[in-house]
Amino acid sequence: MSSPYISNTDADRQAMLEATGVASAADLFFEIPESHRDPDLDLPAPLSEFELIRELRELSLQNASLDDYACFLGAGSYNHYIPSVVRHVTGRSEFYTSYTPYQAEISQGTLQTTYDFQSMVCHLTGMDVANAGMYDGSTALAEAALMACRLTRRSNVVVLDTVSPIYRDVIAHYMRPQGIGMSVLSPDSLAVTDADACVIAQYPDFYGRINSLSSCADAAHEAKALLVVSADPVALAMFKSPGDYGADIVVGEGQTIGSPTTFGGPYVGLFAAKTRHLRQMPGRIVGKTTDDQGREGYVLTLQTREQHIRRQTATSNICTSEALVALASTAYLTAVGPQGLAHVARLCYHKAHYAASQIAELPGYSLPLEGPFFREFVVQCPRPPSEINAALLDSQIIGGLNISDSIPNGMLLCTTETNTRDQIDRLVDALKDLA
Amino acid sequence: MTDTTPTQPNRPTLMDLDSPGARGTTLPELDVPASDLPDDGLLRGDLDIPEIGELGLVRYFTGLSKLNFGIDTGFYPLGSCTMKYNPKWHEEVARLPGFANIHPLQSPESAQGALAIMYGLQDLLAEITGARAVSLAPLAGAHGEMAGLLMIRAYHEEHGEGETRKKVLIPDTAHGTNAASAKMCGYEVVTAPSDPHGNLDVEALKELAGPETAGLMLTLPSTLGLFNPRILDICNAIHDAGALVYGDGANLNAILGRVRFGDLGFDVVHSNLHKTFSTPHGGGGPGAGPVCAADSLADYLPAPVVYRDDSGSGPQYRLGRPAKSIGKISAFHCNFGVVLRAYAYIRLLGARGMRDISENAVLNANYLSTRLQEDYLLPHKRTCMHEAVFSASRQKALGVRALDISKRLMDYGFHPPTMYFPQVVPEALMIEPTECESKRTIDAFVDAMKAIARESETDPDLVNTAPHTTPVSRLDEAQAARHPDLHW
Repeated sequence: MSSPYISNTDADRQAMLEATGVASAADLFFEIPESHRDPDLDLPAPLSEFELIRELRELSLQNASLDDYACFLGAGSYNHYIPSVVRHVTGRSEFYTSYTPYQAEISQGTLQTTYDFQSMVCHLTGMDVANAGMYDGSTALAEAALMACRLTRRSNVVVLDTVSPIYRDVIAHYMRPQGIGMSVLSPDSLAVTDADACVIAQYPDFYGRINSLSSCADAAHEAKALLVVSADPVALAMFKSPGDYGADIVVGEGQTIGSPTTFGGPYVGLFAAKTRHLRQMPGRIVGKTTDDQGREGYVLTLQTREQHIRRQTATSNICTSEALVALASTAYLTAVGPQGLAHVARLCYHKAHYAASQIAELPGYSLPLEGPFFREFVVQCPRPPSEINAALLDSQIIGGLNISDSIPNGMLLCTTETNTRDQIDRLVDALKDLA
Repeated sequence: MTDTTPTQPNRPTLMDLDSPGARGTTLPELDVPASDLPDDGLLRGDLDIPEIGELGLVRYFTGLSKLNFGIDTGFYPLGSCTMKYNPKWHEEVARLPGFANIHPLQSPESAQGALAIMYGLQDLLAEITGARAVSLAPLAGAHGEMAGLLMIRAYHEEHGEGETRKKVLIPDTAHGTNAASAKMCGYEVVTAPSDPHGNLDVEALKELAGPETAGLMLTLPSTLGLFNPRILDICNAIHDAGALVYGDGANLNAILGRVRFGDLGFDVVHSNLHKTFSTPHGGGGPGAGPVCAADSLADYLPAPVVYRDDSGSGPQYRLGRPAKSIGKISAFHCNFGVVLRAYAYIRLLGARGMRDISENAVLNANYLSTRLQEDYLLPHKRTCMHEAVFSASRQKALGVRALDISKRLMDYGFHPPTMYFPQVVPEALMIEPTECESKRTIDAFVDAMKAIARESETDPDLVNTAPHTTPVSRLDEAQAARHPDLHW
């Protein structure tokens, strides 16, 4: 059976071969060394669309879907409700079958929605300028650290130990090849020197706590270093923005606003900064301008920062902006609006506090950390969290992240607006039985 | 004749549609007791994003989508980007709750189906590229380049040559990302020249390769759409110098089932799933850039790699880390949604389907190239692979640039080719039809290009002021850069 994705018929191919003056299509590959040409590929026999949909659906049923399980797992990927309308926007094939809007005249859709995205990221983070998007929150943070090094001409970064260990790992792999050092410090003993390019904080922090960023900002700025913040966009509907605290670069994970968890990707990294740092930003940037008849329109701009023009002197090697995921974020924020996003944030907050207070009452369980938190909190369990999680799974509950390596028998639990009171009560009951 | 079209005001932005009090969706009410809020000093005031009803939202985004050109709209021969058709059923599969709504940190036992697909794609890509092992971790092509170079770097460090091998050789035809990736990995870029036939100059390369060389980054077929017949000499020369060969697999589409990178001696290659394996480009992402490694580099692959254990009653899949892994380069496993679509694509087509892709992609490009040579200069008159790179230098002499021809193509209903790349060809027009397009479509495109060639002689002004039929005409990019207006 021939491929449905190839439009030529045998007659077309014959006509093209004749016009090209080639006897057979195989002859077109004559420059490939004969000794290595035409390997036998050992691939599974092809299947029809029907058979594959059936097979893939069966595989999908081997996964515990958050539709069927009560999920209390966060740690960088969050199960928020996505209004149906968001999928209908991203499902417009004029959006999803296009590419990077190099030709502005026929790409105004992608360009204008990107301008809207940049605008919303600026308002959420409290920053002046934002780009079109990065791969994910972790790589956005690593690129922000590199940008801080370029801006300050310094080659060490200070990362707070309350930043996600997953993100710290990614940052380290981006710093090392360029000879940039990385110090991991506690916020309580934060010391910044004139060798440090930036202080990197997470807001809310990895353990879910929300604290003022003022002391971090002061410590960084006194040493003429920058404050780089990895912020959660849902929390920003409820809490002061990093910009309010004087942050210089703010990044974040855009998955939480409009994209499903999808086993880790595709996501989109948010990236925003102060205007004076604009020309050191990585990634695509869209700007508004006018055409030769004075009509407003949008273009990719400030491209002299980018790899296709600057090659090795570019601000980054990045080309992709995760445009479709950014579009989902734009549509999501439009659907929920400022009041809706604040409502989602409050639901997360109150449900997390309800769950935490119920669990704290259970014999053997305690809350080892103090201070205000948003939608995640740490519980110290009477048994290894790995055992508890295995048992919870049997009750259709996905438990929290096992963080025993930093807090003995520590579990990082998360609630969002998708966790009903019934789910939380079921979790509490199950934990009680597992004590 | 008077123009009866009413004057259109500027298109509103999202913020222009702000209707305070409007709601675009509904959300549940609080069903648990409210807790005290933290100190006021921590809380934010207003959030300045628009309020719009659901219908207004739908009309806004639908209206904007109509201003976009996509593969579903028409022919999109953007060279080097492999804008092939994106099968519709993939979108349905990707939305199954067991794929879309699974958490990256949930236990492997509760995600065996997803891990089986990741393992499956690793296997398929290893077979297609002739690799020993594959990691799906890189989230884009340039991310794959970075991963591959970090692997090469780790290899040299392991062999005590990390401090001496500080240079990466990159052909003058390479994508800009290659050089930018090398820089991000702490390498100095050394440009390797092309010969008059458009091939990487092997003798010059031998001169450049030495004890300071960490590796060569080579796109095969090249960005000129050409297969280098001396590829084995190139890999040998690099290996003789103690360096490694990195393959940029951006153009893998041309050689699917015809030759494998691993068999030729490449140590690592990345594949752009959004190009070769048909996952939607999404207006600039998401993509994915898995890295496929030979024996030499398999132990250095980025984490995670999915492993299969057959010791129990059925196969069990787990996430693991190769022995000398360069570690994690993003927060989670991979762009799973993209991986899933690529897996579905390869499984539907099989080995025969892979060869049909390369056959039709290369035949389409050569046919297009043959038909256009009368009117446009083809700098390298050879059999091409998946794309043909023309020069608009004849038209330039008449005052019409590659840019102008590109803009005029829009009036004929086509997306323009890639322009001004590779930089070694003046006024470059890089045309990649892909295997998906029919002779009929290619003929229509060629006819338009021929018509534009005639217009360039008879009415260059018509071409130079194009496009004439698009929602906006040429936009002032200089103004955009001089006075950045980046948000509302």
